[in-house]
Amino acid sequence: MVDVIRSLDVKYVAANPGSSFRGLHESLLNYGGNTKPEFLTCMHEESSVAMAHGYAKATGKPMLFLAHSTVGLQHAAMALYNDWCDRVPVIGILGNIMDAAKRRPNIEWLHTAQDPAAMVRDFVKWDDQPASLQHFGESLVRGHKIATTPPMGPVILVADGDLQEMSLHGTAELKIPKASPTRPPQGDDAALAEAAKLLVGAVNPVLIVDRVVRTAEGMAQLVTLAETLGAPVVDQGGRMNFPTTHPLNHTDRAGGLIRGADVILTMEVTDVWGLINEYIDNEERAVSSKIKTGTKVISLGTGDLYLKSNYQDFQRYAPVDLSIAGDAETSLPALIAAVRSAIPQSQQGAIAQRRDKLAQAYTKARVAAREAAAIAWDARPIATARLAAELWAQIKNEDWVLVSGEGNLSRWPRRLWTFDKHYRHIGHAGGAGVGYGIAAAVGAAIACRDAGRFAVNIQTDGDLMYAPGALWTAVHHKIPLLSVMHNNRAYHQEVMHIQRMANWHNRGVDRAHIGTTITDPFIDYAGLAKSMGMWAEGPITDPAALGPALKRAIAVVKQGMPALLDVVCQPR
Amino acid sequence: MRTLLLLAALWTAPAMAVDSAAEGKQVFIRVGCYQCHGYAGQGGSAGLKLAPEPLPYDALSTFVRGTTGAMPAYSTTLLPDADLQKIYAYLKSIKKGPSADDIPLLKNLQ
Repeated sequence: MVDVIRSLDVKYVAANPGSSFRGLHESLLNYGGNTKPEFLTCMHEESSVAMAHGYAKATGKPMLFLAHSTVGLQHAAMALYNDWCDRVPVIGILGNIMDAAKRRPNIEWLHTAQDPAAMVRDFVKWDDQPASLQHFGESLVRGHKIATTPPMGPVILVADGDLQEMSLHGTAELKIPKASPTRPPQGDDAALAEAAKLLVGAVNPVLIVDRVVRTAEGMAQLVTLAETLGAPVVDQGGRMNFPTTHPLNHTDRAGGLIRGADVILTMEVTDVWGLINEYIDNEERAVSSKIKTGTKVISLGTGDLYLKSNYQDFQRYAPVDLSIAGDAETSLPALIAAVRSAIPQSQQGAIAQRRDKLAQAYTKARVAAREAAAIAWDARPIATARLAAELWAQIKNEDWVLVSGEGNLSRWPRRLWTFDKHYRHIGHAGGAGVGYGIAAAVGAAIACRDAGRFAVNIQTDGDLMYAPGALWTAVHHKIPLLSVMHNNRAYHQEVMHIQRMANWHNRGVDRAHIGTTITDPFIDYAGLAKSMGMWAEGPITDPAALGPALKRAIAVVKQGMPALLDVVCQPR
Repeated sequence: MRTLLLLAALWTAPAMAVDSAAEGKQVFIRVGCYQCHGYAGQGGSAGLKLAPEPLPYDALSTFVRGTTGAMPAYSTTLLPDADLQKIYAYLKSIKKGPSADDIPLLKNLQ
């Protein structure tokens, strides 16, 4: 089993220890020497999977996780759902003891299922329960291939205890199959040519991207496409797709651009319906079209190539005009070529004019963002814009990576910072499942450590409390990670939802804090981190104290250790 | 006598405005305006900027009472006119701070 894992160049395996995979655990340590893969001690299976999730997005490579088939997988399930929704390759191996005649009394019965993967089959891409070591080898290599083929996703193998622990005889007969990664599919040439024709003929084309870019080359090609068309790009932020400093990045102007567009190309966007329709969360749940009559919508992506029925993460059906199945990044060169050949020379001037006009609007939007950031500069609790600006001042000269989402921070990082490389951020949880943040950040920080990059995590308070043991994992494995808390002392999204319900029902918001806030007592997050050996400071309530505290924390991270600053912030 | 009354009124008006603004901040927090708009009314991803330089009171009141958008409307039962006026006094009291060009961390951003 270890030889197969090593053949796939898997560098880490994350797990909370469990007896059902004791055989594999011991083999990794002693036969494998605990290198490639190295065992990462986790304190919750949800953290193991979320660490693998963050790592895969930062490297493009799967990390393994191990778990009990029953009690471990149940803990891991939520994180697997995030992986699934976020289209991230993660590979899990579950310990299980199939032969009832061999199970230890009590515990091994509790830790065994007939069909362990059944409970997550609706949101994993593939699973198998090998009956022999040869079968295990072939299925792990196959699973790796499936997980890393777009649309990517988690896979699960069940490793029987007997297979893990039995003595090997006749090993000469065992063969590790050659890995044969699948090249991602490009969209149909004729369809891309049709898309190019529509885009070139548009007066106001708009490009909307979500999980497109995996490589530096992919980002460069997306920039080329936008520049060739003179089209604005709206980056939904599922991945780092388009530089924030490029004058064609118009993410902040998405609403107006979509309303004014005559052709929209979406790339690896899951919720196309939600882009082209206005949905208002009021009592009527009002819906209206955002786009003009006659606007053509083109979708390009792998979403239609693989989906399942039960969980509804595929979003509402969008009646687009041209749907192209293909990996968007892989399809970019062909699409660019098609666009170039479709542009008549006579149109170059109009495209250049559109580019200039968009550049002016971009500059205006960046100035407006800076002015908006200034408004509550000295406010207490500390304004989220101030937090972002102070943080940027300290990290801008590092080769930094934002290993967390930033939506709860009113997207200030993307409005103020310079996101200029394809690895500058790793997107968000995917399934909007709380508990992803700290562990995914730790997983991504391992990748950053190995690549010599500086990992920055903007950590929300509610998320940290799901599985704070990930802090210990970061300390134990000496993973440099700067965590700066956006501590608004609430599950704030839910505060707003309860307020909305109270107003609809004309009952007032006096009790909206019940069940939604994290006060009385306040949590001492710095104390929590310190209890696990992590350098920490806080709570910081004075905005003027933030910069110096960040300097101290960064000095710790540069010494190769994690650090946490607890910052009491405005809600959003 | 009229002069004396006028002087008295001028003497007390700023203090009343301060009291009203302070009360308004309490109401602003109690009824949850801060949740989307921030404690200083600065706005964010969940709600628009309210201050400094708030909308005229009539426009604010019309919106608060009748909106059918994502922000839930506040009836006079939930938020009496007197309280809305106090909130408005708070928003009016928020002074315009330094501009981005006066803040080194913002001035130097691209």
